[in-house]
Amino acid sequence: MGKLFAVVLTIITVVATAIFVMRVWWLPADISVHGPWIDHQLMETMLSSGILFVVSQLALALFVWKSGDRREGRKIKIFPGGAVPMVVLATVLVGAEILALTFVGSKVWASIYQTPPDPNSLAIDVQAEQFAFYFRYPGADGKFGGIHPELMNEASQNFFGLDPAHDTAARDDIVVPTLAIPVNRPVLLTLRAKDVNHAFYVPELRIQQDFVPGLVIPLHFTATQPGKYELVCTQLCGLGHYNMRAYVEVMPQEQFDQWLKQQAAQQ
Amino acid sequence: MHEAAVHPHAPPQGFLRTHVFSVDHKVIGKQYLDLALVAVCTGMVLSWLMRLHLAWPTAAIPGLDKLSPNGAAGGVITPEYYLSLMTMHGTIMVFFVLTTAPFAGFGNYFLPLQVGAEDMAFPRINMTSFWVTLVAFLVLISSFFVADGPALSGWTAYAPLSAVGKDAGPGQGLGQTLWAISIAIFCVAQLLGALNFIATTLDLRTKGMSLARMPFSTWAWFITAVIGLIAFAVLMPACILLILDRVAGTSFFIPSGLVISDRLQPHSGGSPLLWQHLFWFFGHPEVYIAILPGFGIISHILPVFARKPLLGPRAMIGCLIAIAFLSYTVWGHHMFLSGMNPFSATLFSVPTLIITIPATIVTLLWIGTIYGAKLRFTTPALFCLGFVSVFVSGGISGFFLAQPSIDTYLHGTYFVVGHFHFVMGVAAMFGIFAGTYFWFPKMFGRMMNETLGKWHFWLTFIGVYCVFMPMHYLGLAGNVRRYSAFTDDYLKPLIPLHRFITIAALFTGAAQLIFLFNLIRSRFRGPKAPDNPWEATTLEWATTSPPPFDNFGGKPPVVQRGPNEYGVAGAGGADYLMQAAPEPAPAR
Repeated sequence: MGKLFAVVLTIITVVATAIFVMRVWWLPADISVHGPWIDHQLMETMLSSGILFVVSQLALALFVWKSGDRREGRKIKIFPGGAVPMVVLATVLVGAEILALTFVGSKVWASIYQTPPDPNSLAIDVQAEQFAFYFRYPGADGKFGGIHPELMNEASQNFFGLDPAHDTAARDDIVVPTLAIPVNRPVLLTLRAKDVNHAFYVPELRIQQDFVPGLVIPLHFTATQPGKYELVCTQLCGLGHYNMRAYVEVMPQEQFDQWLKQQAAQQ
Repeated sequence: MHEAAVHPHAPPQGFLRTHVFSVDHKVIGKQYLDLALVAVCTGMVLSWLMRLHLAWPTAAIPGLDKLSPNGAAGGVITPEYYLSLMTMHGTIMVFFVLTTAPFAGFGNYFLPLQVGAEDMAFPRINMTSFWVTLVAFLVLISSFFVADGPALSGWTAYAPLSAVGKDAGPGQGLGQTLWAISIAIFCVAQLLGALNFIATTLDLRTKGMSLARMPFSTWAWFITAVIGLIAFAVLMPACILLILDRVAGTSFFIPSGLVISDRLQPHSGGSPLLWQHLFWFFGHPEVYIAILPGFGIISHILPVFARKPLLGPRAMIGCLIAIAFLSYTVWGHHMFLSGMNPFSATLFSVPTLIITIPATIVTLLWIGTIYGAKLRFTTPALFCLGFVSVFVSGGISGFFLAQPSIDTYLHGTYFVVGHFHFVMGVAAMFGIFAGTYFWFPKMFGRMMNETLGKWHFWLTFIGVYCVFMPMHYLGLAGNVRRYSAFTDDYLKPLIPLHRFITIAALFTGAAQLIFLFNLIRSRFRGPKAPDNPWEATTLEWATTSPPPFDNFGGKPPVVQRGPNEYGVAGAGGADYLMQAAPEPAPAR
């Protein structure tokens, strides 16, 4: 029975690890400036914890294999050195790993969430609601109009609660259901939730952030590859949660300028 | 033991007092376990329905429309009903299975026995806490039958979705209120239970049972009770505030300016993050409430079948205490991306990573105990070995999620689902299975069937790896969780893997029928169990199977030594020394 356990556990360990190593299912290619740091941190963690996983499972398998030995007169054996070296070793090894991961990892985290955005960032306002995302560009005046929740209305498509009648800054605001951004230009999003929690997640951009009602949350990144990507909601928001999505279109600057003009004309 | 602490009640007369409204900790323990059995069957059926829907979203499930004519018209699960099934699955499993069985169930039955007491310190409070738990369960289940269905905001019930009421869509009416009421009631029961566990451990230990001589399982239940006392004391008021937001017009968790269904909500001044902080201040310790009894059970059982003492007993207890302490410093790791101050992410990340040190030590101590052992491969032993394996698998993925920078990608994906199912779901279940196969002879005086037990183990062990390992691959590919269907372009290629998981889940679930059959059949037909069938050292094996009403027949045992005396020269050529056995004559 011990040998069977050891064999089954070894097979499980080898198969599970092989699927990771062969990258049968893997992250989509990164398209952001900060993404390679996250991927690097992920690989570091994958490597160290992968070794820990394989070594612990195989040690368990090996010891179980050997402990099934039924020879007459075999005596039990205490682990060499007892518990103390084991405790010290685990504390030092895992401790060192934690320190290494924390020092590098907090820099990666800080570069995304704690550093101020580039002053030349393109500012875009994002509103999440059950079950859609809307994006607002400031228009020719470079200013966003004020937000008035009491004016928000789905039927008249006033998703942001703008008041163009009294608010000149709001008059040229461009509101669209797709997030278009120029490639290689820093983007600063301002996340607002209209009703409940939502989240902003674009796997290729390696970025995720909750929308929280009552909070205005900045999020900045730079996309490096033109293309069309899916933005999905990752915070449970109600029955249509699974269907809440938008597209992110990354395009060259000239094409973006053109696109913005077209959208302005259609408002 | 204090004289006054000898419990005064005599054996009850009559069926109701003996089997239903009993103050006997053994009956109450079995009642908790029976409740958990009903709950786990319910929770597992819900997970089957979810898995079927994820793999084949348009498939009609026969008979489901009878349970919910709106949620599953024609048997096809709607997106909102899927979320309700998910919410109920999580709530039932976390509260009524993973908290109820390993802590309240086994703890109630065996903690007094293991410390040599005749009962819990407060038997009537003990009985009350079970019946209050049952009321909480019935309130939760009743939400299946209310008009707009059970709550759908997940077992975490994030506000404002859970707080604003009907405007936020189906599942946000009476169902959500019942959810909050049920959990608040459950908290009351747990607080009463925790007080009882702590008082019993501290005050009712028999002569010679010093803290250092307590079995590892007793230590784990005691520490779990301390964690629970603090954790549930926070969740209960949080649930009451949520109920007030829902029914009394308060705004604890609802800020101003919310527009739902084109209606400006009449609330102002609340904070959705407050709910998350309160919930996770309970929620993370809750993970340890679910798994620490498993640690104790494995540390208790493994030496019995290894026929050698647990390696590093003091280190083990030190690690349990360290984990309990650290569990209160890490709740923010659930909230890295919640909009809380990003500077605090590092603050919460470091203790989260530090927890891996005691967790690693504990695992190494188990593996080191198996080294050079003479393992007896009984069913409970196999589940102990399986526990170590799945705990390693689930713990390793915690390394990823503890780091905010990686969580940026993996948060909200199936990687998280795979992680917590392994580490607190499957591992805790393996602890429950090990405990059941191990203690069944003591509880019912009959042995369980070993052949069926082994089939159950092998199918379950292989099954859970097929179900939960692939979830990590899905998470790496960015597969979002809590989706009732995968309509996004990048998710469609992952559907075949979801189908594999569904098939594996159905098979693994079917394997549990072997356990259920074995459990019921052995209760009536199993061969008679001796007092100490596994040759174990602790006090529960020093009395009859099952124990008499006062546990030790009026003769409280006097403890001579710790619980870890395996691989020693015992009486009559035995390789162990029971805790209360007199000192054997020195070998010549």
